[in-house]
This record gives sequence, structure tokens and C-alpha cells, in this order.
Amino acid sequence: MGLLDRFKKVKDGLSRTRSTLVERVTKAISKKAKIDDALIDEIEESLLSSDVGFDATERIISDIRARVKAEGYEDASVLKSLLKEEISKYLAMPDGTQTSAGKPHVIMIVGVNGVGKTTTVGKLSYNFRNDGKRVLIAAADTFRAAANEQLKIWADRAGVEIVQQEPGTDPGAVAYDAVSAAKARDVDVVLIDTAGRLHTKTNLMEELKKVRRVVQKVIPEAPHEVFLVLDAVTGQNGLVQARQFLEAAGVTGIVLTKLDGTAKGGIVIAISQELKLPVKYIGVGEGIDDLQPFKRETFVDALFAESQD
Amino acid sequence: MFEQISEKFEGIFRRLSGQARITDENISDAVREVRRALLEGDVNYKVARQFTEDVQKVAVGKDVAKSLNPGQVFVKIVYDEMVKVLGGATSELELTQEIPNVVMIAGLQGSGKTTFAAKLANHLRSKGRYPLLVACDVHRPAAIDQLETLGQQLGIPVYSERGASAVDIASKSIDYARKNARDIAIIDTAGRLHVDEEMMREAEGVKDAVKPHRILFVVDSMTGQDAVNTAQEFNRRLNFDGVVLTKLDGDARGGAAMSIRSVVQKPIKFVSLGEKLDQLEVFHPDRMASRILGMGDVVTLVEKVQEQVDEKNAARLEQRLKKNEFTLEDFRDQLRQIKKMGPLKDVLSMIPGVSGAIRNATIDEKALVRIEAMINSMTISEREKPHIIDGRRRKRIAAGSGTTVQDINRLLKQFSEMQRMFKTLSKGKFGRAALANMRFPL
Repeated sequence: MGLLDRFKKVKDGLSRTRSTLVERVTKAISKKAKIDDALIDEIEESLLSSDVGFDATERIISDIRARVKAEGYEDASVLKSLLKEEISKYLAMPDGTQTSAGKPHVIMIVGVNGVGKTTTVGKLSYNFRNDGKRVLIAAADTFRAAANEQLKIWADRAGVEIVQQEPGTDPGAVAYDAVSAAKARDVDVVLIDTAGRLHTKTNLMEELKKVRRVVQKVIPEAPHEVFLVLDAVTGQNGLVQARQFLEAAGVTGIVLTKLDGTAKGGIVIAISQELKLPVKYIGVGEGIDDLQPFKRETFVDALFAESQD
Repeated sequence: MFEQISEKFEGIFRRLSGQARITDENISDAVREVRRALLEGDVNYKVARQFTEDVQKVAVGKDVAKSLNPGQVFVKIVYDEMVKVLGGATSELELTQEIPNVVMIAGLQGSGKTTFAAKLANHLRSKGRYPLLVACDVHRPAAIDQLETLGQQLGIPVYSERGASAVDIASKSIDYARKNARDIAIIDTAGRLHVDEEMMREAEGVKDAVKPHRILFVVDSMTGQDAVNTAQEFNRRLNFDGVVLTKLDGDARGGAAMSIRSVVQKPIKFVSLGEKLDQLEVFHPDRMASRILGMGDVVTLVEKVQEQVDEKNAARLEQRLKKNEFTLEDFRDQLRQIKKMGPLKDVLSMIPGVSGAIRNATIDEKALVRIEAMINSMTISEREKPHIIDGRRRKRIAAGSGTTVQDINRLLKQFSEMQRMFKTLSKGKFGRAALANMRFPL
């Protein structure tokens, strides 16, 4: 897939987000020549309706107001680029994946129930394999009915190795076996799929810590990355989830899934603001190749690109 | 559930309660705070605006400043409006006499349809029905396996076919239900995005093929502003009958409930609260509004207690309490009943005033298990007369229960405090002070 195609896919995926946020902003702006309170109120509503959240929206709006005042903007058309800059500012963080010195690079996938963790593991393994990496999946969701079967199907599709055990097995044990096997087999990337858990369940969050500890017995600096999978439809609870998973599992990045619907995933802006957690990937479809590396510029550009279709 | 909104409102009303009367200014402050709380609780911004406008209209129209505490008047207004928006009264899932009754379940990916389907089957069976689960999710890998596993756990039959289309499976399942004397077919469909034309058409196809008596739309309580778009589109395509709110055992504020209810005007039927298959409850708008307003969910708590407490046992316990004969053995019975009510945190969060403090506290559910183990390691006479437990016995009990002598000491001390409290209680001096001093021996 060429770079251009990838861009188009992100854009298509985000086109509905764009249609609400940008069209509304554009519409609001086109009605007025001058910047006034009513116009800024409308922009505030667009942000709120994108799940950016009350506090983050307030911050963005007050920054915009301040800039309008300080830099003496009057023309309404400038608001769009101001908004784009402000959002970029809050998403400002280094792109690119960490690479670890040794092998294997261990990535743990965590999140609440139903956000698409298993699917993300499947897509990630496909991406890594396409990059010529040898991949092994650890099926550490030993709780949900048929999670093993689902993951096996993804592993087969992606053509990667998988380590599984009986349902009900201790997830730590599965992770340990998988990482040990990966080390022995000279695997490049290990993806640990974990069971969905609400961040309010203390014992299940403790279990994640245990999986981390167990993995560290094999490779002291593992897991190298921990991705929190977040459903784009998630509202303000996403921030609470991110805080809790950061605390318990040491999350290093976010995978934002299901961006192909009308949900906007604006909560990642609030998460970036508060926790400085970067978005690593976005899911824009159900196909195995529909997981895209997140690029801030592409994301914001796609968000604000003029409608072509 | 909804604890965070409750907490916010508690704060607002505390401020308002301190004032002698409502002025235009202080009510607009409160209204703005209500709007903010709603937005932070994922209530759709249009719905939130409508709601706050309504509340303000009602509040200003009423002569509230004269006699009553303005804060309480405002709470009542917000509460009443909230109940109204959430649907007014409880709405049960009505089924017809037809056999089989067909219930179709639809929603986005990951909203919890399959788990809910199994829970609903379990719920209906407990009401004397004979449900059949129908696995129509032919898209997600291993979705059929998942429902089959859940069916097996419950001992409820699951109908499916590998390689068939969703519409075919659904159609054939009705015949199957009839032939196998199942009076309700619960059709689990694949998760789909409401903008996925092909998948929405499949859902319509299933609907046309089996003419379900009821269609339930499942939505994750963590859903944000988009809940409205999704619900509207599913409603337009399927004209569903009711809504199911899932994952309410988390701390999401669940504003989606309010958004969906006010936008599509369809009742919320069930709330789903966990991964265990019996964690399904009928939705009660009044209770939910109480929770939102920080009044606690006493009714649900009482019902839970009633469900678990066996009348005869309760009567015996009352006698014993009156005679001040409450023993460790009785205490263990109580612990077992509490355990049956579900996670302690859920139970405690229903008590008014507790919710805020509890939410952040870590409750060690295993403490109950440890206490039970300690009591189990005592002899019958030790349970009846704890004062005979000397140092030697303490060592033995600690060894037997895998605890320490300190644990035993703590248990015995707290138990004797409890006994003292019950003594006061039986003398009828059970007031706030006694309640405040009551400590759960954890």
C-alpha cells in the first residue's frame, strides 16, 4: 500500500469525523465575516460533540480567545487554522515506535471489554509480519469465552505463531511461556493479548501487574510497549480508563479503534493533554490491513482537509 | 454507576443549600454546573442543554424562595426532570403468548451483545421460560463459539450453523425452537457500525425473516456523544423496542442512557453489570435518577437483600439479636449472605452517602473469605463463646485458617464491638451515633 493510499484510508476513516467537526466549523464560519462570541460558542459545541470533553474544550477555546485578542484577528476565516493549530498543539508528541536493542520486542495490549483488543493484536501482527518481522502472539485472554478461537483465526490470517493454553489458565503463565518461546525461537515481536477488564476491578488490574512482572523474569526490560486500546465511541470515561491503565499496566501508547464510524475519538485530545500519552495507531476498518500508524500531521490534516468526495 | 455525576451534584447542592433563598444568579450558577456535570457525564450536549433549560424553567416558575430550603427544592426539580427524561416508570420486557417469542439483539461491535444475550436467556429461564440462543454473528471470528460456550455454561441450548448466512440461521432457528419446545428465541446478531450499509441491510434482513416480537438495542455505558447518532440510525433501520445499557459496573457516568432515551424515545429495559451471567437488572428510572443525584440506590439494595435472605433465618437472627445471643456462627451466616449479594463494592455503593467515599477506596473482597476461614477453623463452642479463645487456641485457629494471630485478635475485638453495638440496638437506642461507629470488620 502506497503512502498516498494510506493517507486516503485515514482520511476516509475520518471523513465522518470531519463531516461533523469541520463542516460545522466551516458552516459556522461561512455565516459570519467577523469573529464574535456566538461563533466561538459554535466551535465550542463542535468540540464538545466530538467527545473532546469539557475541560479540554474549555482550554482550547480560551487559548483561541486569547490568541484572537492578542494577535488581533477579526476575520472569521482564520478560526479554522487556529483551531487546527490548537488541536495539533495538544497532540504534539514524538511519533515513531521505540525499538529495543535486543530481541524480542514485547508489546502488551490492554483495555476494557469490547474495544477491539484481539482484533488489534491480529492487525498489528499482520503489520509487523509485512515489515518482515517474525511475530508471536501470546493468548493471555484466558477468560472470555472463545477468545482463544478468535485469536487463533487472526494468527492464521496473519500467518504468525501463537502460544495458547487451556481457558482458565493463569494469564501470567501464558505470557511467560510465550516470551520464553519467543526468546528461544529468535522471534522479533511478541504481542500479548490480555482479557478485557474494567479499570475499576482492582483484582483484575493487579493481574495485569502480575503479567508484567512475570514477563520481566524472562526479559527484564519487557514489556517494551504497552498499548491501551480505546474505542472511538468512548466518551469521557476514556480519560479515567487511561489514568487507571497507565497506573496499573504502564501504558506507553494508545490504539484508537473503530474510527470508521461516526464517533470522533476526541477524548484522545484530552488524554494527550493530561497524560501525554501518544496515539500510536488508529483502526479504520474491519480488514486485516485497516490499522494505520498514527501520524499527527496526517490525523489533523485529514480531520481538516476540504471535502473532496 | 453514575457515581461521578452524583458527586458533582452533591457539591453543587451543598453550595446551594448554604444559601437562604434562590436568586436568579445562584440558580444560574447551579444550572451551569448541572450542564457541566451532564457534559462530563457524556450526556449529549443538545440533550444537556434541553435538560438544563427545562430545569431552569421549572425552577424559576416556582415560588421556591419562601419557606423551603432552596437547595432541596432544586434537587427535587432536577430529580423529577431526570426521572422524566429517563422514562418515568420501569419498563419490563413484554412478551406475547406466541411460541416462540423472538427477541432480536443488535448494536455496535463490542457493546456486549453476546454476553447480554446469554444473560437475558438466563433471566428469562429464571422466570420459567425455555429460551433458545441463536448465534447469528457469522462475521466476527469465533463469535459463534463464544455464544456456544456461554450456552454450555448456562445449560441453555444454542442454535447455529457454520457457513450459513445470518438470515438463514435466524429463519431456521424458529422452526428449531418450535420443534424443541423452546418458547423464546434470542437472536444474537453481529456487531455493526450504523454507517456500514451492507451490515445494516443484513440486520434488516434478519428482522424481515423472523419478524421479532421485540428488538433490543445494546449500548455500552461508556459511550460518548456518538450514542445519539448510533441509536438514531439503528432506530431508523430497525425501529427497536428497547435499550440495554451494558458495563454499568464500571465508573462510566452513563450519560448515554439519558441521551438515547430523550432522542429516540425508547425505554431502557435492562442494565448489565458484569461478566457473570446473573448480573442483569431491570432498569429503574427513579433509582437511576436517585443515583445521579447522590441519593443512593436504597431500593435496589433492599431488593438484593430480600432476594438473598431466607425469611426463617432472618427471623431466627432477629430473635438472637434481641436476646443478645449473636454468635460468630451467626456472623458467618451473615457473611455468606453478603457474599451472595455480589461484590461488596457494588453493595456498599448503593447506600446513600457512601458512594463517593467508597469509589476510590480499595475494598479487599478476600477479607470476607479470610474471616470465614478463621471462623471455620474454630470449634463450635469457640464460635458460641468467643471469650474462651485463649492464646493457644488463637495460634491453632491462625494455623488452621492460614492467617496470623494478629488477624484473629482483630476479628475477635471487632466482633465484640459488634456485639456491644447490637446490645444498644436491641435496647432501642439505635441512632445515628451507633451507626456512625459501626465498622465493618475488615
